[in-house]
Amino acid sequence: MTPGSVALLLLVALVLGGSAVGFLAGRRRELRLEEWAVAGRGLGVLLVWLLMAGENFTAFSVLGLSGWIYSRGGPTLYILVYLALGQVLLIFVGPLIWEFGRRHGLQTIGDFFARRYASAALGVVVALTGVIFLVVYLQLQVTSLGIIVEVCSFGQVGRLPAMVAATALAAGIVLASGVRAIVWVSVLKDFLLVGVAVLVGIAIPYHYFGGIGPMFAAVEHARPGHLTMPGSTTVDTHSWYVTTVLMSSLGLTWPHMFASIFTAKSGDTVRKNAVLMPLHLLPLVLIVFAGCAAILVVPNLPNGDLSLLTVARQTFPPWVLGLIGGAGALTAMVPAGVQMLSASTLIAKNIVPLLAGRPLPEATVARVARAGVVAVALVALYLSVHSSATLVSLLILAYSGVGQFAPGIVFGMFCDRVSPRGVLAGILGGLAVTGALVWSHHDPFHEINTGFIGLGVNLAIVGAFTGLERRDAMPSLAAIGSGQETM
Amino acid sequence: MKRPSIGALVLALIPYAGMCFSVALWDRLDPHVLGLPFNLFWIICWLLATPLILAAIYRLEKRR
Repeated sequence: MTPGSVALLLLVALVLGGSAVGFLAGRRRELRLEEWAVAGRGLGVLLVWLLMAGENFTAFSVLGLSGWIYSRGGPTLYILVYLALGQVLLIFVGPLIWEFGRRHGLQTIGDFFARRYASAALGVVVALTGVIFLVVYLQLQVTSLGIIVEVCSFGQVGRLPAMVAATALAAGIVLASGVRAIVWVSVLKDFLLVGVAVLVGIAIPYHYFGGIGPMFAAVEHARPGHLTMPGSTTVDTHSWYVTTVLMSSLGLTWPHMFASIFTAKSGDTVRKNAVLMPLHLLPLVLIVFAGCAAILVVPNLPNGDLSLLTVARQTFPPWVLGLIGGAGALTAMVPAGVQMLSASTLIAKNIVPLLAGRPLPEATVARVARAGVVAVALVALYLSVHSSATLVSLLILAYSGVGQFAPGIVFGMFCDRVSPRGVLAGILGGLAVTGALVWSHHDPFHEINTGFIGLGVNLAIVGAFTGLERRDAMPSLAAIGSGQETM
Repeated sequence: MKRPSIGALVLALIPYAGMCFSVALWDRLDPHVLGLPFNLFWIICWLLATPLILAAIYRLEKRR
């Protein structure tokens, strides 16, 4: 067998094995919408942890992490930090969102806004924005997956067939078994990913430099200033770092992250999950090591995102590359599945009923949601094939954009009365300011994260409306029912 | 509605202070620890410390 065939065989076996786990996980369960979208609110700490970890540590973030340390250097630390700080917010707000969600039977972030603010319009705006950003994110997963499979199969599988096959598998798992299936694929993926991280993070530095310490010494000598901020950039300074970490730590506002709170079996499960989550970041440190080694081993790559795979291909025998490729493909398929599911649930529950002008029976919503999975997968595939630089700037906007949901979520849970019109205007204002700055190439704006500036505008708008409007015109959390009275 | 206790909020500020606001103090290469640049070593320590702080918050919030 040729080296490429060995790698390819292992890669395909892992992807098919992972998919089989997914298909089997949903067997013999009646797939009502509640089970399909939020696993019947029945997952324990370990499974919620694996689900959320699978959403955080995407193929895009693994390739991006090594790509950033390769091409930018020091600013990369922000990625490790924001994921840890995100848990600090989650431990306080997560259980409250969970209680509110269970009491009112919520499944999406659109449901949350519509219910908390008694405003269908707000629910639709949040759902629509969420779907657009999710599709962009999904497109990047699909593209990353294509790159991984192409490189790891030594070019035997082209990017397009890889993207089509894996997207179809991920959509199939979601259609057949819902979110519970994704969780089980995530279990397998996690073991593989940790193994791969240890392999590339330890073996590569020892092979080329004789250790981690000597590797850093060599990189610091060859590239002075690369490993502190602003590294090899001019704009990623300390003020950029602080504002970007703060903005990115609002990540639970991503619709798929938000929905995974509802899969937990109790508010306490959400809290315990937050406590344990930073431990999942430690393997990422090893990915940073590997990206660092690539700086000297495979210099001058046109695209830093390829650094991890290129250095691995140069170092390891084909079967290891197959292992890395399989783990990488599953690492893309897990978040891709959750994102498809989340986007289609938003469409079916929050957008289509409003277009139809009436509430739809649950069976119809479930059918629309399944059709939505196919539609969303096709759009993401189309965008992956015709991807352009515009989409990368769209993702920058997406990260900053979903953060604009934060005031409505946090104030909504901690304050009795918040102005729904203020929350709506705040989201639109924050998006407009961020979008204008990103698209006019002012990101970061004077070394400050643009989403952070948008969030400032957003907060000011929410504060102004809530201060000026009549209090009794705003829906009261106590009157709606926070869910805690039944604890 | 239930607001978090003051103690828990103070605890919550510690990781933000250690990893975010204080960046100018620790973003440097020397002294190297275990061969790691100081900034990376600092962050790894905080990744290990954060679950402990979160566990303390958990205990405070759970008791209420």
